[in-house]
Amino acid sequence: MDLATFLIQCLNSLQYGLLLFLVASGLTLIFGIMGVINLAHGSFYMIGAYMAYALAPFVASTLGGGFFATLALGLVLAVLLGYLLEWAFFSFLYGREHLQQVLMTYGLILVFEELRSILVGDDVHGVPPPAWLAGAIPLGELMTYPVYRLFISAVCLGVALLMWYVLARTRLGMKIRAGATHREMVQSLGVDITLLYRVVFAAGVALAVLAGMVAAPVSSVYPGMGNQVLIICFVVVVIGGIGSIRGALLAALLIGVAETFGTVLLPHAAGVLVYVLMALILLWKPGGLFRAGS
Amino acid sequence: MNPARIVPVLLATLALALWPLAAGSYGIDFATKTMIFAILALSLELLVGTTGLVCFGQAALFGLAGYAVVQLSPADAPASLFWLLPVSMAVAAAYALFMGALSLRTRGVYFIMVTLAFAQMAYYVVHDTPLGGGTDGIYLSLKPVAEIGSTVLLDLGDPLALYYFVLGALALVFVFLALLLRSPFGRALAGIRINEQRMRATGFTTYPYKLAAFVISGAIAGLGGFLFAVKDGYVNPELLSWHLSGSVLVMIILGGIGHLRGAVIGAFAFALLQEFFKSEAIFGDFSKHWLLGLGLTIIVSVALLPRGLIGIGALLSRRLQRRVGGTL
Repeated sequence: MDLATFLIQCLNSLQYGLLLFLVASGLTLIFGIMGVINLAHGSFYMIGAYMAYALAPFVASTLGGGFFATLALGLVLAVLLGYLLEWAFFSFLYGREHLQQVLMTYGLILVFEELRSILVGDDVHGVPPPAWLAGAIPLGELMTYPVYRLFISAVCLGVALLMWYVLARTRLGMKIRAGATHREMVQSLGVDITLLYRVVFAAGVALAVLAGMVAAPVSSVYPGMGNQVLIICFVVVVIGGIGSIRGALLAALLIGVAETFGTVLLPHAAGVLVYVLMALILLWKPGGLFRAGS
Repeated sequence: MNPARIVPVLLATLALALWPLAAGSYGIDFATKTMIFAILALSLELLVGTTGLVCFGQAALFGLAGYAVVQLSPADAPASLFWLLPVSMAVAAAYALFMGALSLRTRGVYFIMVTLAFAQMAYYVVHDTPLGGGTDGIYLSLKPVAEIGSTVLLDLGDPLALYYFVLGALALVFVFLALLLRSPFGRALAGIRINEQRMRATGFTTYPYKLAAFVISGAIAGLGGFLFAVKDGYVNPELLSWHLSGSVLVMIILGGIGHLRGAVIGAFAFALLQEFFKSEAIFGDFSKHWLLGLGLTIIVSVALLPRGLIGIGALLSRRLQRRVGGTL
C-alpha cells in the first residue's frame, strides 16, 4: 500500500465513520435519554436517502432547485415525522419492558419498508451529487478523491460540533443531560418532560434522516439499506457506551477504520472484524468505552 | 399439573397428529416448517422467558447445526441419523458454550448486543469463507436415514415421516422443558430472572446456571437447525442472519413471554399471519406487500396485548368480571 492509497483509505474511513456517527448519535440520544430500544432507527436513515432521491425533482420544479433547499425541506419533514411518531407510537412505550419496544419497533420497520416499496418501488436508484460538488481532487499522480466525500465529512463534523454546543452549552442541553440521568428530579423541578422527550426524539430522527440524505449520492438508494445501517449503529452505540455522544463518535471512527481497512487488507475477514472488535471491547469494558452518567 | 392447562396442549398435539389426513403436501410442508420454528422458539424461551437472558443470536445456533448437517453428510450415501443428529446438536451446543461463556460477562442491552455480535461472526464465517459455500448456500444431496443392519426404520426424505419425526421432536422438547422448569435447576433459573442478586446472596453461583441454560438452549436450537436443513435439503447464510434471530424473538413475545405454550402459539401465529397476508385469494395484488399487514398487526398486538396472545384469556375474563361486577 503506497502513501496515496493509504491517504485515500484514511479519508474513506473518516467519512464512513463520521456518517455512522451521525446516525448512531440519534440512536444513542433516544436510547440514553428515553430508554427506548428503537430498531426503526435504520428506517429513518432509509427514509432520508429516499427523500434525497424523491424530493430533489420536486424541489427543482417548484423552488427552482438547490441542494440545500432539498436538505432543508427533508429536515423539516423529518422533524414533523419524528414528532408525530413519538406522539403516536413511542410515548406509550416508555414504561413498558424493553422486549415490547423491540416488538413494536420491529413492526414499524416492516411498515416503513413496505410503504417505501409501495410509494417508490423496489428498484435501486442513483442520486447525483450537486454539480458544484461533483469534482475530484487529485492526490498524487494517478489518484483522485471525490469532493462530495469531503463534503460529507464536513457536514458530519459541523453537526457534531453543533450537537456538542447544544448539549454542553445551552439550557436545553442541560435539561436533556439532566433528564437522561435524573428523570424524576427534572420533572419535579417543573420541566415538561413529555415535550423534552418529543424534541429529543424529533432531533434523533432528523439526524438519521440528514445522514441518509447526504449519504444518498455516495451509497445510492436501495431496499433494505436501513437494516444494514441499523445493526452497525447498534454496535457503535454499545461500544461507545449507551447514551454517550463522545463515546459514539470515538466508536464510529474506530468502526470506520476497522471496516475500511479490513475490506482492503483482509477481504475475507472484513465482515467479522467489526464484531470481533466489539466483542473484545465489551469483554474488556462491559459498559462500553464511555458509560454515560458516570 | 393443572388440567385446564394440559388439556389444550393434548388437544393441540392430537390436532397436529391428525393434520396430514386433512392437508395436502403444501399443508404438511407448512406445518413441518412451523413446528421446526416452534422448537427454535422454545429454545429461546428457555433463555428469555425463564432465565431472563435476552439472546439476539439464536439463529446462529440454528444455522450452524444446519450447516453441520450438510457439511458432515457423506456425498455418496445417506448419513445415519444416529450419529448425525447428536453431532449437529453438539456443534450448536459447543458454539452456545463459547458464546455464553463470554457474553454472560455483560448484562442488559450490552448482553443483547454481544450475543448479536457472536451470531454475526458465525454469519460472516459461513458467508465469506470457503467453510460455508458463500451466499448461494449448499445443497444436501441425500437425507439422513435411521437404519439398523440393513432395515430402514425411518427415512427423513419422506415428507410424512419427517412430519411425524418433527412433531415427536417438538413434543419431546416441550415435555423436556416443562420438566426442566419444575426441577430445582429450573427453579434456580427462574430465581435468577427475578432477582439475581438475591440468588447470589442465597449462596448460588449463578454463572454456571446461566451457562448451562445457554448450552441446553443451544442444543435445542441445534435440533431445530438439523430438522430445517433436512426438510429443505439446502442451507444458506440467511439461516444465521439477525433477521431470523429477530423473528424468533418476535414469535415468543407475540405468543407471550414466560410460558412454553406462548412460544409454540407465537410460532404458529407468526407463520399463520404470514400465510394470511401473503394470500392472493384475500388480498389480490396487494399480497406482495404482505409485510405491511404483518407489521401493523404486530404494532396493534403490542398496544392491545402486552402479555401476548396467551394473555387474551385472562384479559377477556377480567373484562367480563368487570362488566358483571358493574351490573351488580
